[in-house]
Amino acid sequence: MSGIRKISFDALIVGGGGAGMRASLQLSQSGYKTAVLSKVFPTRSHTVSAQGGITCAIASDDPNDDWRWHMYDTVKGSDYIGDQEAIEYMCSEGPQTVFELEHMGLPFSRTENGRIYQRPFGGQSKNFGKGGQASRTCAAADRTGHALLHTLYQGNIKNETVFFNEWYAVDLVRNEDGVVVGVVAICIETGETVFIESKATVLATGGAGRIFASTTNALINTGDGIGMALRAGYPMQDMEMWQFHPTGIHGAGTLVTEGCRGEGGYLINKDGERFMERYAPNAKDLAGRDVVARSMVQEILAGKGCGPKGDHVLLKLDHLGEKVLNEKLPGILELSRTFAHVDPIKEPIPVIPTCHYMMGGIPTNVNGQAITQNADGEDELIHGLFAVGEAACVSVHGANRLGGNSLLDLVVFGRAAGKHIESMLGQGIEYRDASQSDIEKAMVRLNRLNNSTEGENVADLREELQEIMQNYFGVFRTGDFMREGVKKLEALRPRIGNVKLGDKSNAFNTARIEALELENLLEVAEATALSAEGRTESRGAHAREDFQERDDENWLCHSVYHPTERKLTKRAVNFAPKMVDKFEPMIRTY
Amino acid sequence: MLVSVYRYNPETDSKPSMQNYEIELPEGRDLMVLDVLGLIKKQDPSIAYRRSCREGVCGSDGMNINGVNGLGCITPVSVATKGGNKLVIRPLPGLPVVRDLVVDMSIFYDQFEKVKPFLINDTPAPAIERLQSPEDRAKLDGLYECILCACCSTNCPSFWWNPDKFIGPAGLLMAYRFLADTRDNATEERLEDLQDPFSVFRCRGIMNCVAVCPKGLNPTKAIGHIRHMLLQRGA
Repeated sequence: MSGIRKISFDALIVGGGGAGMRASLQLSQSGYKTAVLSKVFPTRSHTVSAQGGITCAIASDDPNDDWRWHMYDTVKGSDYIGDQEAIEYMCSEGPQTVFELEHMGLPFSRTENGRIYQRPFGGQSKNFGKGGQASRTCAAADRTGHALLHTLYQGNIKNETVFFNEWYAVDLVRNEDGVVVGVVAICIETGETVFIESKATVLATGGAGRIFASTTNALINTGDGIGMALRAGYPMQDMEMWQFHPTGIHGAGTLVTEGCRGEGGYLINKDGERFMERYAPNAKDLAGRDVVARSMVQEILAGKGCGPKGDHVLLKLDHLGEKVLNEKLPGILELSRTFAHVDPIKEPIPVIPTCHYMMGGIPTNVNGQAITQNADGEDELIHGLFAVGEAACVSVHGANRLGGNSLLDLVVFGRAAGKHIESMLGQGIEYRDASQSDIEKAMVRLNRLNNSTEGENVADLREELQEIMQNYFGVFRTGDFMREGVKKLEALRPRIGNVKLGDKSNAFNTARIEALELENLLEVAEATALSAEGRTESRGAHAREDFQERDDENWLCHSVYHPTERKLTKRAVNFAPKMVDKFEPMIRTY
Repeated sequence: MLVSVYRYNPETDSKPSMQNYEIELPEGRDLMVLDVLGLIKKQDPSIAYRRSCREGVCGSDGMNINGVNGLGCITPVSVATKGGNKLVIRPLPGLPVVRDLVVDMSIFYDQFEKVKPFLINDTPAPAIERLQSPEDRAKLDGLYECILCACCSTNCPSFWWNPDKFIGPAGLLMAYRFLADTRDNATEERLEDLQDPFSVFRCRGIMNCVAVCPKGLNPTKAIGHIRHMLLQRGA
């Protein structure tokens, strides 16, 4: 076979969301030849759906606010398996990063004295949990993700980043030294397959919420970067940790921001009772998301759910008044009217915990460098490969992410990875070229698919996978049940491996892309299933009925899933922040 | 329900055609048009359309639904068909068709980029954010929310006629978003770029853009503000 076309860059970012475009902006500003490859036009990336804000101690609402308090909240929120060095970096670098976004033009909402408006969010406190609720989430109304993503795209236009829009990365290319030297990618519009070579390949491919039947995630969130890394044999960290957002619109799955509760909204059961007062007497509706989601499910299981089937609870906002709702939560009014057919000014919104965020991902250090474990269980860098944003596990979120910390994670670590790659490129790096056979290895699955003549339908298999994940790996989990789920996924693997592509045409063939995405969903699902089955305790978002207690003796650590052996190992959590004393694990109450 | 969809694959079709599908809609639920396309794609994976967030914020799935431009994901079938029994889905008008419902948006994006859609402020940035009063910030409401879905520009006869010279409603909305921002200090440069007879002045106030904007924005009003600024500058 003759070689495919090769295009070369200093840095290649796969994914055009907030993390990817912050990384590319950093590199373009320094004049490096940088490309962003995205399967959608960048402003269609899922960052656009973030609503409530970006949490950061910029000391606008409270002039005495301190990033150390934010760090304390984040460590506690993570149920103590967030890496403290990384959390310290995120919280301390955060203010500068947010100010940079503002200088770029992000249209934040404002306070009377002209500063950035901050609202209360769940799990936030002053003075290390002792000073009451904080208001630390910087907001652009309830469209913060949209404002942030568009601002970053605008910044990249200004700095002339090269965009491969509507291109799909198939697999990583590694040279004979095992260094990641780029990706094989398809131009969706023409069908052309190209080897994009780069000295640094950054996976900024976002989450994979589409492994679940019910999710707040966009249809594009299929874990493409996770799939690529797993197929290359690289491990994943903490994949059992999936956040179920308390307030997805019942039936539709669309997100209703935690900012609703931050602004004073609260949840009620069928008796009209504000039940969170019982589960979290202090923080109430602003307890950690894992706590609120579980409480909601318990209410429903206790027969206190609303609606004819008693299968959801209600989010009450009408007491806030029309003016506040129009000013602070205009997007929520729109979404509720469209998808729940209710007007929150007059009536409550039916909500249900819905899969929202992947805390796990590709393990990295604070520079975004991807990490694997050697035979002795020690960390080793994967040369040439980086990961940022939801696809990465730095880990700042541990077992449960706090609201507003995802946008901060994107921009802080997108920037950090960009800076690190900048300095690497400045020192000069040369890797051995990929050979023809190295490139062909990354084309195996594409070639198989293009030659498929029989097999099952993508949409049917995808639905089956989503049902398995929904039923066996949801908010509450048990070992026997999960083992059954694992078996079902095993049975699905050969069927997905044999999926049929009926339409072989080249021009904008979305059937081909969906088939490739399905394989990534399966990789993510299996890593999730085996990690969840393996962690025999309850911590953060991972709640097991057969192991209901947190087990610090055995599980105050990351889980690391190795795809080749399909086994789980452990990795130490970092308890060594550089500027403050470490936070010791405590009982987590709100 | 009968769903008629515009089909064209440049590799296999000599010309476009409308393909009919008989789709069974679930009882008691008002699906969105995008959901209906999903049902069609299960039957016929070859159909091509763009989609991402499925909640009206990413702007991927602008299309022409029973003659009206809109987002498939937030247009209920009942609204699109006005209670009738036929759904007709075509690509956005006025742009080259790549395949089926997918149009080539290059010229739309080119016009967007032409207005320098980024904040320009050459004064040294402060150590914190640049201050802005809530009143000044409120001037950006109705402007910054644009999702670049192209429903407006592809509904504009002036844009159909001069897509290379007339910026079009979406691009002009963005131009005014930066003209209106008190933090931007490139007003003179921006107006200079827009003062030719085509960029702004080809707008005839038809208001087709306002009629279809899925976010309820008003590009015509923004264009009016720009005209006013240009005229004042000329005087």
